[in-house]
Amino acid sequence: MGTAEMTQPTTTQAESSPPPLEPLIYELGAPGRVGVSLPKTDVPEAPLPEDLLRSELDLPEVSEIDVVRHFVRLSQLNHAIDTGFYPLGSCTMKYNPKLNEDMARLPGFALAHPLQDPNATQGALALMYTLQQWLAEISGMKAVSLQPAAGAQGEFAGILMIRAYHLANGEAHRTKIIVPDSAHGTNPATTAMAGLQVVEIPSDANGDVDLDKLREVCGEDVAGMMITVPNTLGVFETRIQEIVDIIHGCGGLMYMDGANMNAMLGVAKPADLGFDVMHYNLHKTFSTPHGGGGPGSGPVAVNEKLAPFLPGPIVTVIEEGDDDTPPLYGFTMPEKSIGRVKAFWGNFGMLVRAFAYIAANGAQGLRDVTNHAVLNANYIRARLKDVYPMPFDRMCGHEFVCEGRWKDVEGVHALDISKRLMDYGMHPPTNYFPLIVPEALLIEPTETESKETCDRFIEAMLKIAEEARTNPDLLHEAPHNTPVGRVDDVLAAKQLVLCCRPIPEPEA
Amino acid sequence: MTYIPHTDADREAMLAAIGVSSMDELFDRVPESLRFPKLDLPDGLSELEVSAEMRGLAAANAHAGDYAIFLGAGAYNHFVPSVVNHILLRGEFYTAYTPYQPELSQGTLQAIFEYQSMMCALTGMEVANASHYDGATSLAEAATLARAHFRGKRTKIILSPGIHPQYRAVARTYHQGNELKFVGDKGSATIPDLIDMLDEDTAMLVVAYPNFFGQIDDFSGLAQAVHDAGALLCMVVDPIALGLFKSPGELGADIVVGEGQPLGIPLSFGGPYLGFFATRKKYVRQIAGRIVGETVDKHGRRAYVMTLRPREQDIRREKATSNICTNQGLMALAACVYMSAMGKHGLRRAAELSYHKAHYAAEQIDALEGYSVDRSKPFFKEFVVTCPRPVAELNEYLFDHWGIIGGYDLGQDYPDRANQMLIAVTEMNTKEEIDTLVEALRDPDAHIGHEHTH
Repeated sequence: MGTAEMTQPTTTQAESSPPPLEPLIYELGAPGRVGVSLPKTDVPEAPLPEDLLRSELDLPEVSEIDVVRHFVRLSQLNHAIDTGFYPLGSCTMKYNPKLNEDMARLPGFALAHPLQDPNATQGALALMYTLQQWLAEISGMKAVSLQPAAGAQGEFAGILMIRAYHLANGEAHRTKIIVPDSAHGTNPATTAMAGLQVVEIPSDANGDVDLDKLREVCGEDVAGMMITVPNTLGVFETRIQEIVDIIHGCGGLMYMDGANMNAMLGVAKPADLGFDVMHYNLHKTFSTPHGGGGPGSGPVAVNEKLAPFLPGPIVTVIEEGDDDTPPLYGFTMPEKSIGRVKAFWGNFGMLVRAFAYIAANGAQGLRDVTNHAVLNANYIRARLKDVYPMPFDRMCGHEFVCEGRWKDVEGVHALDISKRLMDYGMHPPTNYFPLIVPEALLIEPTETESKETCDRFIEAMLKIAEEARTNPDLLHEAPHNTPVGRVDDVLAAKQLVLCCRPIPEPEA
Repeated sequence: MTYIPHTDADREAMLAAIGVSSMDELFDRVPESLRFPKLDLPDGLSELEVSAEMRGLAAANAHAGDYAIFLGAGAYNHFVPSVVNHILLRGEFYTAYTPYQPELSQGTLQAIFEYQSMMCALTGMEVANASHYDGATSLAEAATLARAHFRGKRTKIILSPGIHPQYRAVARTYHQGNELKFVGDKGSATIPDLIDMLDEDTAMLVVAYPNFFGQIDDFSGLAQAVHDAGALLCMVVDPIALGLFKSPGELGADIVVGEGQPLGIPLSFGGPYLGFFATRKKYVRQIAGRIVGETVDKHGRRAYVMTLRPREQDIRREKATSNICTNQGLMALAACVYMSAMGKHGLRRAAELSYHKAHYAAEQIDALEGYSVDRSKPFFKEFVVTCPRPVAELNEYLFDHWGIIGGYDLGQDYPDRANQMLIAVTEMNTKEEIDTLVEALRDPDAHIGHEHTH
């Protein structure tokens, strides 16, 4: 198949197949139509360098109303927190306050250029400095960098810091990062990106880290360990301090994956537990919207040992203030920084939203957040545990895992349960993670859901368990009430139609 | 202010169902001595109070809404049609997550597919991913692709010094743990100098188009030379420039990356922005990040789904192409809506307006005594002015006396460019603003050291 052919839409619609839900934007409009008006040139026109110009620009030709209707109709094909329950484990799909959107759009934030003289952007710097302080306080850590653009980038920065720390101490032989087999996929991927080796250790029968196995792999080649608290099963490992001691005992550093911080606010500080470095996901714990897959924000917090290695620049006080004048803030590069992980200062718009959220909640409010996140999760767990197999039946944090299968029901999988849940107007839990639980359903309700919503979810789950026995095809064929039925992902990977436009022929 | 809906009765009933008598009992597994530490944070505020406090902080920033701005250097004050923000504020888009469940995410998936298609059209490439964090990390991930493509057997990446200094820094941060070496950008190497550095160890050569100084370099013979050496050619591009200038595909690029902020995304003090990444189809399996493909549902209806998932971290773990997970989904949507509204005519028009206004400004400033504009190469919307005084001094004066946010001080990154200012002009700058800038630069000595007049 030629290249030009491959990028054409090759999904031929059978005559009997239903029409697309919404045309592609390229299928709308007409030649010469425009969706925007721009002013006339108010300066003399300069000659254009004709030999450098392109002859063709293959973008849509649509009116403004075409654009509005197209994207509004597309939006209506989505499930979102604003439309319904979204108990996607490990993702903390809590309500995203509208106030935060307004704050991020204030002209003083939205229209400030990142390279302006810091003297003229003291409001933005004050906000960043305060957020650094707040995130340090919540974690008990010494210093924070707001630069990482997402949790995965925070992890990457954290592991690069651990690597740099050992190199600075003349311990280049420390190249191994220990990762439990229940870890998020980002943990091993991050380790590999940083040029270190992953050592995976198994979980014990309770889903906790197997301490004997941990001791076996601990030695002088260990750079550190990455672990999620509470772990990815939603459970707080009671022996966390022993784990920390074992790693520190062999000269390694402890990294905490902060994906589950919604279970930790005001409950325990990672630094008190002995962690050296962690990242936050502001888009999970601190309510910044997930945006259909980003932008996120993944600040890293570190103790004294790693503070000089933080990615930068970070915000610092250049001149102390007093009663009459505020302090003067500026940017600084930590002394032994691993460098920049992105251009400019971080996903600032997300920092504004997280600031608004923490300011609104305050210390007690954050503690209440965790209390209710954990209350909701345990409530649902308690009410489902007689019907859905729970590999680890005990008090959970803000999420819990159950199996989406039954010994007495053949051929029903977690995926079928998930798809059927859509028919009840709810987003499914996370499927098939953590990997150590067969047919896993990871359920995280978050604190912003009411008891009524939790009850509706419980009822739907109980009903589905019944349907699995009485009418399993209802599950296999599900979803029935969504804009599209089950989607053929094998065909997508086979035909690889990734772009709907032809490749322009190179000019002669 | 709280976003928690529970009543006392709810809490009581739920605790009873769990079989505990208090909230605190939910946390029995946390070591007792460390449990419930005091958080030294302010008390919570009402919505009204949060809003007032944050409006105060916002008001302490000068911004492009109140000042004439001639600062670019990787972040630009371009026009954003109102429709963009209105679509971004659809809760169905911004409060959804990564479209893992295609039946509930066709809106996000189709929008990403359309975005990928527009980025292919703009860059002249065959595939584009759903985005990276920003232009700088897109460049770093291009190096990751090159490294994977040659399976670590080629270790040299040649960078033009005309690439944004922060992008080059980020590429180095990303690859500090592996064997890649970044060379070429320490001095003032020209395109022919970079070509001379090509050898059998070169995995990729990267140039900027336009370069950091706003200029369009002469790329004739470049792609041929890079490909003769068996290496990949990567271009870091300004997407607005591509509304006017030849696509990187036409120039022979294998990978095209860049900062998508000019495509409908506000300056927002540096983020969130949009890293775009496009390449040839033959490299598709080495791309990091999410890619959406077309398919059908069980009824045969056209539908979209994330595809080539086995490249990703949640499946491949340490063998994944990258650890990227969340990308900049909503920013890709912004660019998609922007490119739809601007369309083939609007984007070209924005590019032309920027070009004409920048050239008008350059001509006027070049005519001033003591200033000279580098006009040795064609340029787009930014140009370099050698000034009679330190740039920092001039910028302070422009700001204090004229209400103008001046250009970028190139001496910060390039020691041989002290007193050189990089000025950006877009369709947002009026002739009056440009004339005021010229007037202000004409005789700074008359004002510097005098009273604040703005």
